[in-house]
Amino acid sequence: MDDALKKKLTILADAAKYDASCASSGAPKRKAEAGGLGSTTGAGICHAYTPDGRCVSLLKILLTNYCLFDCAYCVNRRSSNVRRARFSVDEVVTLTVEFYKRNYIEGLFLSSGIIRSPDHTMEQLIRVAKTLRQRHGFRGYIHLKTIPEASPWLIEQAGLYADRLSINLELPTEASLERLAPEKDGAAIQTAMGQMGERILQAKEEKRRFAPAGQSTQVIVGADASTDESLIRTSARLYDHYGLKRIYYSAFSPIPDAASILPSQSPPLQREHRLYQADWLMRYYEFSPDDVAGATESGMLALDVDPKLAWALRNRDRFPVDVNRADREMLLRVPGLGVRAVDKIVAARRHATLRLDDVARLTSGLKRARPFLVAADYAPTRLTDRLDLRARLAEPPRQLSLF
Amino acid sequence: MASAMASRTIRLRPGADLDGFRAAVRHLVADEIPPEAVTWAEGDAPSLFPDEPAAGPAAPALALPRAVATLVPAVLMHRDPERHGLLHRLIWRVAQGERHLAEVASDPLVHRLHLMRKAVGRDLHKMHAFLRFRWVGAGDGSGEGSRERFAAWFEPEHHILAEAAPFFAARFPSFDWSILTPDGSAQWDGRTLSFGPPGRREDVPEHDAFEAGWTDYYASTFNPARTNLAAMRAEMPKKYWHNMPETAAIPGLVRAAGQRVGAMIERAPEAPVKRVPARALAAMAAQEPASLEALNAIIRASEPLVPGATQAVLGEGRPGAAIAFVGEQPGDQEDLQGRPFVGPAGQLLSRALREAGIARRDAYLTNAVKHFKFEARGKRRIHQKPTAGEVAHYRWWLDRELAFVAPRLVVALGATAVLALSGRQVPITRARGPSDFGGKPFRGFVTVHPSYLLRLPDEARDEAYAGFVDDLRRAASLAADLAPSGAG
Repeated sequence: MDDALKKKLTILADAAKYDASCASSGAPKRKAEAGGLGSTTGAGICHAYTPDGRCVSLLKILLTNYCLFDCAYCVNRRSSNVRRARFSVDEVVTLTVEFYKRNYIEGLFLSSGIIRSPDHTMEQLIRVAKTLRQRHGFRGYIHLKTIPEASPWLIEQAGLYADRLSINLELPTEASLERLAPEKDGAAIQTAMGQMGERILQAKEEKRRFAPAGQSTQVIVGADASTDESLIRTSARLYDHYGLKRIYYSAFSPIPDAASILPSQSPPLQREHRLYQADWLMRYYEFSPDDVAGATESGMLALDVDPKLAWALRNRDRFPVDVNRADREMLLRVPGLGVRAVDKIVAARRHATLRLDDVARLTSGLKRARPFLVAADYAPTRLTDRLDLRARLAEPPRQLSLF
Repeated sequence: MASAMASRTIRLRPGADLDGFRAAVRHLVADEIPPEAVTWAEGDAPSLFPDEPAAGPAAPALALPRAVATLVPAVLMHRDPERHGLLHRLIWRVAQGERHLAEVASDPLVHRLHLMRKAVGRDLHKMHAFLRFRWVGAGDGSGEGSRERFAAWFEPEHHILAEAAPFFAARFPSFDWSILTPDGSAQWDGRTLSFGPPGRREDVPEHDAFEAGWTDYYASTFNPARTNLAAMRAEMPKKYWHNMPETAAIPGLVRAAGQRVGAMIERAPEAPVKRVPARALAAMAAQEPASLEALNAIIRASEPLVPGATQAVLGEGRPGAAIAFVGEQPGDQEDLQGRPFVGPAGQLLSRALREAGIARRDAYLTNAVKHFKFEARGKRRIHQKPTAGEVAHYRWWLDRELAFVAPRLVVALGATAVLALSGRQVPITRARGPSDFGGKPFRGFVTVHPSYLLRLPDEARDEAYAGFVDDLRRAASLAADLAPSGAG
């Protein structure tokens, strides 16, 4: 690898890292053909972890960080003074193939600043994916960022080569978008998401290949005044209307050469964490957006307790729950019990009566679960009535220290 | 009682000896020997106990519940020397009547075995994730020519090499590779996966030309404002680091993180160096095709959204034509010649147009889908109807095409055309006649596709053809009524 290419890679990886998405999941299982390269496993693989604890699964880069847009939260906005670089299509293809052959990555996540026009940019992204698939027989994972301002037929093309497509919503309200991302158009974003959602669904029904890993999006947390409740309600709508696979919440992070209209502070990581937990409650724990909203305080999720515990503390009359009798849905509401623990409980209790020790072997969250459940040899002594219950279960404030 | 019997020692091959374990357990169960009476040993080391002589005929196979049968091979890969005894205890209890034991995850024995299986699964996953290949050479020139060769050194925690290797064969079939571990090695030559003796770290090259670039990438993708070492170590335990080149960057990244973040937070926003590129911004928005020719250039350059076609078949005729005809998709002849309606159905359409008094050259003819979709049967290419999703892929182009042509009347030939124009699936028998395609800016008319007439038996064709010509006449007179002078 020559120095010029390495330098570009450094600039264009740095420019891409504020996109939280890294998943290589959701693609159908594939194997390489005889002369080809690459496979997908379904669940995805993280090939390394950086010191921020985040997974490195895909080669996540921009084709270029030159950009005509001027979105205040973005390090690559046209008014930023960051160093700029631009890959050729062949350079991205070579990097992907050579990194892949050494087992560094699961595939490529390619995005780009907008150069010349949205259509031109989108065409370049598609060319990379098409070259990988057709010239190198590449069967690994490809995630393409879709430019919502591009012509609709380009979206139709992108899905032929990509496993996943995504458009970042970035800001949950039209007003914020207008203030912080003047060139972006909220309606265009939703239209494009709708178009992709429809096409993905149709292809699945017709057993054709079109973005088989679905679409995802990202919302920035803490760059505007949106509450957690409004974020969660936006997410519920996106999951519902556009069949999104994943929504990423990205704590707004200080960036080099920041715009003056944005907060300059450490990223709200704990808030981001709580939003992910709330999102999971809706997707895997049968919580409705109203349930989640009911666990907030003036629209904000508590930082010291997780949203499920916050909900349980507000709904103490629903507890304790008998692990030997309660239905699955109610077991899922018990703080500290995950989906897997609940499934194990339901399977085990068909053949055995569960005592507290048994439950302890099925979950690592027994400390939180205890006040809310009943087992064969255990019942909480009015624990759910205690006023200090929240304080006893709260996590010690997490030091957002860097070391 | 069986427990009164003398103890037995069973010797298995080192590692995950599934065959040996299975054969032994069959005997133990058949002879009703309880777990307390068995000592398990691995490898060739002499045992403290005299070995049982190999039992004569193979013992009968055991019918084990699925949950047990899947647990056994996974746990056998674990490095814990107690794994055989634990599995034997599980199978013993199942055979004694606890058929559902393996589903009771809360049972201490089952719980322990589940943890072992989980540890093996994690080790497998980490091997797939953290193994790094290094380039060895471009082949020896003999036989296959210049196949590349790669090699990797890895130290798995458990006996997982045989289980882990097929993943790499499925992923990297196009070059030769070896994976060396302290317990054994795996080789792939493009056709077969084979296993051999343990390898040594020194047998793998010390460097690779892409490692520096990969490490730079790793360092660049790290966000210092989110530093969280505990999360990193939980997922990437330190024991793996020494075989992963990028981890060399970690100490430096961690050291510099605080200072980098502080600098970003404290630094006052700078005035942009570049001025607003007003002209580029204005030009950016002007990307819509401005003419039918520009649109056609886009369609011609695009990949088929249905697989297989030779070329895109574009619409034909005069922009401004009073009538436009929309068919389904190009057929075999159209695909080869690159023109719409030139095959048998197209010839029939031309004849019907003549009889209805419509000059083909004055009309505009196009298809809902611009590429031929077919199934190859021998040398013949059999037309295949596009799916609703495929029709939807092409609707953007059709809408713009008709906007450029701006006909007074659009005639949909067949159900696919109706679907493309209206977005709805409607049977032709019901939709036949005038239509507005659910709110399109032009008037519409629905009739059958000429290929439908070709498929009819001879005795029905004449009447259907006459009806088709009638439809075309009605459409022509409708178009005439819509002429600007008469439209009002």
